[in-house]
Parts: sequence; structure tokens; C-alpha cells
Amino acid sequence: MATEALTAPATARGGPPRRRGRGIRGNENVAGWLFVAPVIVILGLFLLLPILMAAWVSLTDWNGQGSPFTAKVPLVGADNYTRLFTEDGLARRDFMTSIRNNIYYVALVVPTQTVLALALALVVNNRMLKGKGFFRTAFYFPSVTSSVAISVVFLFLFANSGAVNALLSIFGIRGPQWFADSRGVLHLLLGTVGVDSPPAALTGGGPFGLSWWDWLSGPSVAMISIISLVVWTTSGTFMLMFLAALQNVPEALDEASILDGASRWQRFRYVTLPMIKPTTFLVLTLGLIGSWQVFDQVYVMSQGEPAKTTLTPAYLSYRTAFRDFDYGSGAAISFVLFLIIIVLTLVQRRVMADRDTDGPRRGWWRRRVPEGS
Amino acid sequence: MAVLADRPPAPAATRPRAGRGSRVLVNRFLGYATLIFFGLVFLYPFVIQIGNSLKTEPDAAANPLSPVPHPLSLAGFERIFEGTNFPLWLGNSLLVTVLVTLGRVFFDSLAGYALARLRFRGRNGLFAAVIAVMAVPGVVLLIPKFLVLKQLGLYDSYAGLVVPLLADAAGVFIMKQFFESVPASVEEAARIDGAGVFRTFWSVVLPMARPALITLTILSFQGSWNEFPHSLVAVQDPGLFTLPRGLADLVSGSLGKGTQYPLKLGAALLATIPVAVLFVIFQRYFVRGANEGAEKG
Repeated sequence: MATEALTAPATARGGPPRRRGRGIRGNENVAGWLFVAPVIVILGLFLLLPILMAAWVSLTDWNGQGSPFTAKVPLVGADNYTRLFTEDGLARRDFMTSIRNNIYYVALVVPTQTVLALALALVVNNRMLKGKGFFRTAFYFPSVTSSVAISVVFLFLFANSGAVNALLSIFGIRGPQWFADSRGVLHLLLGTVGVDSPPAALTGGGPFGLSWWDWLSGPSVAMISIISLVVWTTSGTFMLMFLAALQNVPEALDEASILDGASRWQRFRYVTLPMIKPTTFLVLTLGLIGSWQVFDQVYVMSQGEPAKTTLTPAYLSYRTAFRDFDYGSGAAISFVLFLIIIVLTLVQRRVMADRDTDGPRRGWWRRRVPEGS
Repeated sequence: MAVLADRPPAPAATRPRAGRGSRVLVNRFLGYATLIFFGLVFLYPFVIQIGNSLKTEPDAAANPLSPVPHPLSLAGFERIFEGTNFPLWLGNSLLVTVLVTLGRVFFDSLAGYALARLRFRGRNGLFAAVIAVMAVPGVVLLIPKFLVLKQLGLYDSYAGLVVPLLADAAGVFIMKQFFESVPASVEEAARIDGAGVFRTFWSVVLPMARPALITLTILSFQGSWNEFPHSLVAVQDPGLFTLPRGLADLVSGSLGKGTQYPLKLGAALLATIPVAVLFVIFQRYFVRGANEGAEKG
């Protein structure tokens, strides 16, 4: 690509009058590259180059002082990576805790937002109801607002004397102190049946330096509040995607199944669901990719507290680099996270490739929002 | 089959439920109940936010659920403007947002047009690269971006806040999709009349792309107005904080401390208003963006 960038203008310049015989086309070669040049420069400088530089830094012990590319910066090879996975210590403990937290986060966020988005889309798509436009707008509105501003609102809602606890008290439930208890909800549930300490079988070494008891803690109460915030903000976007898909389901198909005597559930299960399968896969994979990147909400609402139960790899990598000035480890964490997300993206690509062969449309991005949306 | 026997298949078949009155009513009732319940779930937090930003601190702590301030107090808003750097953050946000939006709309349309319409060598490879770039997760770029900004001497400057955001792959994509739908005959006519490539683009094709340009403008405005992680790694100087950054600074680390909520909620409210207004006016462009630039999740 880079060589073409250099040769293309050169040939055009190098071929004086005779070249002009190619007329418009030869002209377009230069113009084309000129037109894309600003975007290439910006994306190259701030997307591609950074990745390469960070790859280098993840192999060093750079502390943020001076340039990371001088001989004075100690090269440590794969040390930053092995500390995350094999060496017993704080780095691995924190990293594995963040992985555990994020796994619980993904396991709750992705199914909840997908089901909620689909349910909302089905209701909004119902032909018999009026005023759907208003509700569609209402459901989508949180998705366009600032994640930071919304996190502030949720901090207030989940404060000890906040709205959520006030609401719970109406039903006679004493709400938890959302950001104080560092135990996971599974441990809390076990606590109510009298199991407060781990059974001997679970205290022993689990994988990667965390005991099985730690791995099986469940998300903390604070994490639950972040999860509800994220589900609340993302469902609207995914609802729109489902809605676009639902409106592409041919009405005749639905009518035919009614004539065949299918019940409402059967129609949903055997007609609607298979028709919107590609969108369901899209929503699931986008959700997976997005939920491994949770950062803003953690930064504003909890900063990883209490007791690191809301630490996520994205936030940990930021904190390691910019608070502890250990850029090497921070970059290494980024790369592991990158790998996780790339794998998920490849899964998505495969799913999309399958989808392309499904129908006449050439790709999911071709989807047009139906009239009246 | 029994269904078929009941009534003629002709026009009535399109309204099969019309005969079953009570079930229709129940379904409708359930439908509206669901809509209203979720309508409350999705909007009530904003109602509470507005209400509580106008309360006194003790009132906000005692009645967090109530939307009505009692007594009404503007103390929170007064302190936003007197006790914080809110006006500065607002100014920085406006500057960054306007520059980023202008840059994105211009550069993304240029690139989108070239990728859609101009025949140049390497075009397909470039387009594949743009698609690939869309998949790079933003969060893993925090440290890398910081490194580049430092090396280029852009760290802690307005340029550092603006330049990296001047182009985005998703925007190029949206523009390319649009330009492909413009009939080629329009351009050919302009070319025959002697217009150059840029002139054809600028005076003939670009004005036709108004819907796509509005979508891109709105998405860019919303995106850069709300942008948080980038400002976190691009600047350190409080004089360069944008609204989200200032807001995060105002609240982060204040876990569980129930203090100053009217002030914080008010500041968050003021930061939300521009996007909220934009959303109400240009709703359908947001919707189009959600379905076209879906890759960004």
C-alpha cells in the first residue's frame, strides 16, 4: 500500500503529454490519493503507528520519562506478559481479578441487553399500538448521551440515600450500600444460608493464582450497578437494530403461518427468530466486543473499588500506566485485551460472512432503516 | 386449517385478530403497560436528575425519588458557575467539537468520494484497510495514543485534543456508501463541461450528499462532545479539560459520599443538553447512524 502511495503520483507526474491521453482516468489516480491522504495520515498516525509503538513498549520497562526508544530504556522481553500469566504476584492477581470481573460483567450484560433490546423492539414493532414513535425515542435517548454525565446520574441513583434504595424501601427491602460491600453477590447469597467461608475444596489453588472461591464470587454489588447502567444505555441502540430487522420480515410470511394455525409463540419461535438471526448474531458479537472495553463508567463510578471488584482489564491497563507509571505492563495488558477482542471480532466476521450468503443483501451495513423510522 | 374454515381468506386475513375482541384488548393493554413501564425506566432517571439538580442538598438526600424540588434552589447551578471551571470546560468542549466535526465531515467525504468513485490504484486495498481499522478497539489505544502524542510534541495541547479525532473510519464508510448511490451521469455531465475532479466533487456531488452530510455532522458532534477517554490521555493541564473530563474530575473518587449532588447533577445536565436538543431535532439521523455505523457498537 505504501509503495503504491509513492508510485501512483510519480507515474502521473512522470508521464507528460502522452499520459494525458488516458484523460480522466490518469487524473483520477492522483486525485484519488490526494483525496484519501488526510484520512490515511490521521488514521495511520493515531491508529496504526500507536499500535506498533505500544507493541515495542510492552517489551520494555519504560517509566514514562523521556523517549521509550532510546538505549537507556531497559528491554525486558516477554517479562511483562509472563508476570500477567505465570509469576505469582500482585500484577497477576490484579490482572486475573480484572478478568474475573469482566467475565461476570459480560455474562450478565450481553444476554440481558440482547433480550431486553429484542423485547422492546417487538413491542415497538406491534402494529396495533399507537405512540410508538415516542417510546422508541425514549428508549434510544440514553444511548446518545454522554457516558460520563450518565454515570454521574447513576452514582446518585445508587448512592446510599439514593433513589434505588428509596424505591426498594417502598417494597420493604433494605437496599445494600452499593459501593461499600466488596463481596460478590454469589458469596452474599451463600452468606444468607450460613456459608460464610469457603469450603476446603475451593480454598486451594485455582487457575492463575486466584482460588476457586475467588473465581466463583460473582460480580460485586457495585459491579451490578455498573451493569445496570450499561444495559440501560446500550439496549436502545440494539433495539433499533432489531427493529430494522423485524421490519424486513415479510408480512406475507407471518400471515401464512397464521393461516397454518401457528400460535403467537410458534410464530415468534419458528418464523420471526430465524428471520432475524443475522441481526441477533450481530447484536451478540457487538455486545461481546463492547463489553470487554468497559472503561468510562468504571472510571467515573468506582475506579475499580471496592476492593478491586470493579477493576476491568481496560481500566487496569490505564491505571497501571498512568497512575503507577508502569507503561510496559499497561501496554502488555492492552495487548492481551486486544487479542481477546480480535478473537471476538473474527468470530463476528465469520458470522457476518455466513449472513452474506443468506440473502440477496450484500452485507449488514447495507441495511437501510425502513421508511418512517 | 380450522382458522381458514372460519372465514373467507380474502381481506379479512390481513386482520386475523379483529374478531377476537377481548383478546385484542388484553394484548393492547399489556403492550401499553410494557411501553409505559419501560418508558419510565428509561426516562425517569433524567426526570430525577433535573428535579434533584434544583434541590437543596438535604432535600436531595432525603427525597431522591421525588421529581419536585422542595424548596426550589438554584444554589447548585450558582456553584457550578462560581465554584468550578465549568465555563472553561464548556469553551474547550465547543472548540474541540466544532473543529473535530468540521474536519471529519470534510476529510471523511473526500475519502469516501475517492473510494466510491475515483479509479486509482490501491483503492481496494485501502478500503479493506479502512474496514480493518474500524475494528480496532478504542480502549486498547489509550497508552499507544499517549505515546504518539508525546513523540509528536502534541501532548497537553489543543492540537492533541483535536487532530487525532479529525478523521474516523466509520464516517468514511458512511460517505462511501452514500456516494455509491449517486448516479454517475451527474458527474459525467460535469466532467464534460470541463470541471476538474475536485470541482466536480465540491460543487456537484457534495451538495447532493446532504442527507449523508447531516448524519455525519450529527454523529461527529455527538461523538466528540461526549468523548472521554481520548481527553484523558491527550491532556493533563486542567486548562485544557473538556466537559466530560471536567465532570469526571468533579465526581470521580467520591464514592458513596452523598455530598454536592445537586451541583454534580446540574453539571451533568448542562453537559447533556446540547446533545439532547440535537437528538430531539435530528432524531432520524441518529437512528440512521445507529444502523449504518453499527460497527462502533
